[in-house]
Amino acid sequence: MALANASRRLAQSLLRPLGSAQSPLGALGLQQRGIAEPAAAEDTSLTVEVRPFSAHRIEPPSTTVTTDRAELLKFFTSMYRMRRMEIAADMLYKAKFIRGFCHLYDGQEAILEGIEAALEYTDSIITSYRDHCTHLGRGGTVVEVMAELMGRVDGAAKGMGGSMHMYKKEHNFYGGQGIVGAQIPVGAGLAFAHKYREDGGVALTMYGDGAANQGQKYEALNIAALWDLPCIFIIENNHYGMGTAEWRGSKSSSFYTRGDYTPGLKVDGMDVLAVKQAMTFAKQYAQKNGPILMEMDTYRYHGHSMSDPGSTYRTRDEISQIRQLRDPVEHVRKLLTDNNLASTSELKAIEKDVKKEIDAAVDKAKNSPIPPDEALWKNIYKDTLGGKMKGLDSSVKIQL
Amino acid sequence: MWEALREAVDEEMERDPTVCLFGEDVGHYGGSYKVSYDLYKKYGDMRLLDTPICENAFMGMGIGAAMTGLRPIVEGMNMGFLLLAYNQISNNAGMLHYTSGGQYKVPLVIRGPGGVGRQLGAEHSQRLESYFQSIPGVQLVACSTVANAKALLKSAIRSDNPIIFFEHVLLYNIKGDTQEGHCQSLERAEIARPGSDVTILCYSRMRYVVLQACQQLEKEGYNPEVVDLISLKPFDMETIAKSVRKTRHVIIVEECMRTGGIGASLSAIINETLFDDLDHQVVRLSSQDVPTAYAYELEAATIVQPEQVVDAVKRVAGSARQLVAA
Repeated sequence: MALANASRRLAQSLLRPLGSAQSPLGALGLQQRGIAEPAAAEDTSLTVEVRPFSAHRIEPPSTTVTTDRAELLKFFTSMYRMRRMEIAADMLYKAKFIRGFCHLYDGQEAILEGIEAALEYTDSIITSYRDHCTHLGRGGTVVEVMAELMGRVDGAAKGMGGSMHMYKKEHNFYGGQGIVGAQIPVGAGLAFAHKYREDGGVALTMYGDGAANQGQKYEALNIAALWDLPCIFIIENNHYGMGTAEWRGSKSSSFYTRGDYTPGLKVDGMDVLAVKQAMTFAKQYAQKNGPILMEMDTYRYHGHSMSDPGSTYRTRDEISQIRQLRDPVEHVRKLLTDNNLASTSELKAIEKDVKKEIDAAVDKAKNSPIPPDEALWKNIYKDTLGGKMKGLDSSVKIQL
Repeated sequence: MWEALREAVDEEMERDPTVCLFGEDVGHYGGSYKVSYDLYKKYGDMRLLDTPICENAFMGMGIGAAMTGLRPIVEGMNMGFLLLAYNQISNNAGMLHYTSGGQYKVPLVIRGPGGVGRQLGAEHSQRLESYFQSIPGVQLVACSTVANAKALLKSAIRSDNPIIFFEHVLLYNIKGDTQEGHCQSLERAEIARPGSDVTILCYSRMRYVVLQACQQLEKEGYNPEVVDLISLKPFDMETIAKSVRKTRHVIIVEECMRTGGIGASLSAIINETLFDDLDHQVVRLSSQDVPTAYAYELEAATIVQPEQVVDAVKRVAGSARQLVAA
């Protein structure tokens, strides 16, 4: 009995209270959010003050960001689409259409949206297993994501990869990655290729606060800094490495400073305009000087994956507070409606369209065929070896 | 052999501007086994890249660069160090073409010396071919002569598949001739010595151990056929089967460990597919399942020696032999 009480007390003490220095709410100070100033009546542009950036060994960019109705509507639609897609994935997983691992991105949409607003498809991106929305950001379709999640032929990797392995070569999306942190050196390699080809592109290597303690991250940072590679290291800090809170996994939570000689910026990752501003700045920096570290302060509503309820290591209050105060989609909605750039009914219509789009995509994906038997043996090698290989049963011979 | 390998790298780098070489001390130092000697003077620091000591990272970088269409060669100063890069090799090099539904290719060559040297100690005497053989999507190639070293490395660089290219630490200084511009098939075994009594399957330095044993065996009237596997994954079963059907006796001589070695896989396949063509069970001569000791005599006892090959042939092919008339 005493042991049970003691362990319960211990469990409670591990969940830090809201608003403390280490909590996702406390860190940036909630009062400093954007003072929006609409310009003259006919003008649809908007000037916003984003939260100040924390900077390490670099002068941060200005916190004054201009945007306009068209851009904000694009952000709203795109992020709402990401949100609804992930929610649909949640439901499909529970209905057992999706199996295995499924890591959802809802809550973090502003990061990808801001990144894609600052980058071109000629720049390269590689990320972790939380890659469904990255695929959308790189010009992929919801059908491709849904079909891949269900292991169908119309999926982003023809059903061969699954949730953690979405790819889009035409737009330089080099995938998700199953092993935590293994994408970091590969991303440095992408940056190397840009430099080798002198094509002016940058490479983004994205990972989480859990991966930030991987040795290969520091190996890659060293090489990138040594060789002046146009590599932007992006830490999507959602404050939990699966079930381990950031303060329990990292001696220093100031991830943006842990590049040492590599400059870093900490950005409000729930604000798409802040991300866009910071990424535009980072791209210019990386093209000219070499690597830079960008810590995106964000939050994921779901647990680490669908097998994690997400509530054993954090409180439901924390999750709902962030939803109320920092939701990235709601932030853009408020910017549009508070500044009379769009009406609530207009936005509701967009939401309705997006929901219809997602439903249609899910249907299409459900009707996509499963990969044929021959697909098992296809693409093991790129250069075919001109020979046949015996399968499980020696009467089966496969052309390699 | 190091000159032949260097020629291969030089010729391919000249021919194709996307070829580059990553590794520790490959540039200004000239390569720890001279394979890239002075190439940085010709191609510059952007193509001969001296990496810091971080196998995991520079293997990953090589893979990332390969995914974009460059053709990197990644050198492990010793194959054993590449254990640190195993995750990258297995997941990102081997499996990427498949898991991306065919979108990305990884035209990477991973090369370096392995094998038991002269008292280098356990950690520097590893045989990684047995560790890598299960990875789907990679090809394993082991060169053995000056000629095939150059020809195979050229082919490996031109291949769109990820190739793990095994060199042997004791073969870098052997001398021999190369064939101008010749590229050799990565999937074909070589007949090192045609024969009729027994098929001896070997690779890398064991080729020489076996050929030395053959000098003794010839005197005693045996006529072994020595097949140098070259391709450790996949096996050239066409050449192997042809030889086995002829001789009906098989000995595998390998330098990797007995447990889970190349010979273990090969023996199983031969049993499954050529059982009726065998007059004797497949005999495997492999290294002992021990870390390689430092002491000279113990190191020698760890690996296969020519006398053991001679004994094995006699056991397998029978001891009654007529001496061939002079």
